[in-house]
Amino acid sequence: MKIAVLMKRVPDTASVLKITPDNKSVDMANLKFVMSPYDEHAIEEALKIREAGKATEVIVFTVGPEGSQETIRTALAMGADRAVFVKEDPSRFNSKGIAEMLAAAVKTEGPELVFAGKQAVDDDASQVPERVAELLDLPHASIVTKFELNGRAATVEREIEGGSYTVEVPLPALFTMQKGINTPRYPTLPNIMKAKKKEIKEFSLADLGLDAAKLVSGLEVSGMSLPRANRLNKILDGDSTERVKKLLTILREEEKVL
Amino acid sequence: MTLNEDLLMLRDAARKFAEREIAPYAQAWDRDEYFPDEMIKKLGDQGFMGITVPEEYGGAGGNYMAFAIILEELARHDGGLCLAVEAHNGLCCGHILIGGNDDQKRKYLPALARGDQIGAWCLTEPNSGTDAAAMQTRAVQDGAHWVINGSKQFITNGERAGTYVVTARTGPGDRGAISAFIVERGTPGLSTGKREEKLGMRSSDTVVVKLEDVRVPAENMLGPEGRGFEDVKEVLKRGRVVISAMSVGFARGAVEEAVKYAHQRTAFGQPIFEFQAIQHKLADMMIQTEAARLMMYQSVSMLDRGLPTTREAAMTKVFASETATRVAMDAIQVLGGYGYLRDYNVERYMRDAKLIEIGEGTSEILRSLVAKTLRA
Repeated sequence: MKIAVLMKRVPDTASVLKITPDNKSVDMANLKFVMSPYDEHAIEEALKIREAGKATEVIVFTVGPEGSQETIRTALAMGADRAVFVKEDPSRFNSKGIAEMLAAAVKTEGPELVFAGKQAVDDDASQVPERVAELLDLPHASIVTKFELNGRAATVEREIEGGSYTVEVPLPALFTMQKGINTPRYPTLPNIMKAKKKEIKEFSLADLGLDAAKLVSGLEVSGMSLPRANRLNKILDGDSTERVKKLLTILREEEKVL
Repeated sequence: MTLNEDLLMLRDAARKFAEREIAPYAQAWDRDEYFPDEMIKKLGDQGFMGITVPEEYGGAGGNYMAFAIILEELARHDGGLCLAVEAHNGLCCGHILIGGNDDQKRKYLPALARGDQIGAWCLTEPNSGTDAAAMQTRAVQDGAHWVINGSKQFITNGERAGTYVVTARTGPGDRGAISAFIVERGTPGLSTGKREEKLGMRSSDTVVVKLEDVRVPAENMLGPEGRGFEDVKEVLKRGRVVISAMSVGFARGAVEEAVKYAHQRTAFGQPIFEFQAIQHKLADMMIQTEAARLMMYQSVSMLDRGLPTTREAAMTKVFASETATRVAMDAIQVLGGYGYLRDYNVERYMRDAKLIEIGEGTSEILRSLVAKTLRA
């Protein structure tokens, strides 16, 4: 059984973002990129299943520009067996186009399980995995916090507001992973050494039989701005007892949150 | 000097490992003078117990740069655990790699590289440290065995090691040739003394290893009879290159903690970072640390390329070790009264750092060694 893991490289969450002069996108120059943290959980879960002897191969799929190989190597160094890389600048497309590319790429491998992070931490769109599932006509369950294989089905716990929701899903199927499902491993030295020798299969849109013009959606970004922090900059004085009293007064009477 | 993609990935992974698995416990391990045995397995799972051991013997097949990078990251949070890793990889596995034959490597390296057990290297004696030629431990052949008698001092990992590499005199007389042997834990006659109470590196165990009529099979001799001292010199030469990475780790820890504190602590209505006296001290600490790191990268990459490193390793170790102690002292000064407290870690970095000015060649002998290369 093969497991496909959809992965996205995103700007390091510690980096300082700048908007391009046209106010329509994030300036990607000089940014450090990392794997979207939820995708680390997806890879970890796939590796655990393979290590338990229930899967033969973990294949990572990503769409990205030249340079994405570095993030792919991190996934391979965590222990994924190989990667499929659709080399295409994703900034020209949005979730619809990316999902079509990934769906076409995943189809070439025919996995029983498709995993992804529940969302990417850059645009937080939470769209791509579910769209891939629809395009491949697979059942899917999102925001999974517990995953268990039972032969030809999977029993999973989904996080919902204030509780959890258990569903059984027949395979093949797609699942998106939430934090807390596992603790992603760090790449080990032997796996870093081996990652160099693992295959990264590259596809262009033409290889996948896709036409860029048809992948562009009707959605257009009209503007982008950085969140503006309007802080009160109020500093309370006095000893700690007095400061706590003042804080409670503000929370109760001014902000009315208590 | 920039690191390639693999080494950067290794650095990030080792850093995360150290932050998650070591940093939260390092103070307690220092206080208790021990790190838990399960750390050895965890380090093994990361490939950090067989760093330069080739894949065919169960290791990671990394180079010395990989070794150095791991040491810097581990030392950043705990010198003692890092010393255990350094002695295991560099000295014990290192000697088996240099002197061992294929059978010996196959028999002993996989368990060491997996972290099923830790290794110890037994060279130093009560009266023989830098002057390794004054060794008194003796091995006498008895049929298919060698019988070893003697006492080894300051043995890192000695208390819990599964495999010991022991040097002993096998040639006649006080200056007779030296050979090395692999001695397994549990061999009758091998015992350890009480754990030494140390200034720093306290989470690693340091003991006396006593050898009383220890019989080891002849096939456990590492290398041809009488070649032990040559191999010892090679082990020390390589170790001296990478051990400077530990000093870089201590210095980096001290700088990072001092910078963090200087931004948080206010005095006279502003963070103490705003005072020029503090800024210049921090800048000097940073400059010295980076210089030490670059010297270390340079000598390690020379070792990886098979170039002679005797002088470079000596210069680097003197500079890096003395820098680490000084930078850690400066960090204590920046933290003031808090720097003197165990809760704030920097005093621990100073205690840990001091050892590198002594172990694997003192600053004094290394300066003499550098001077020797300058003689007309």
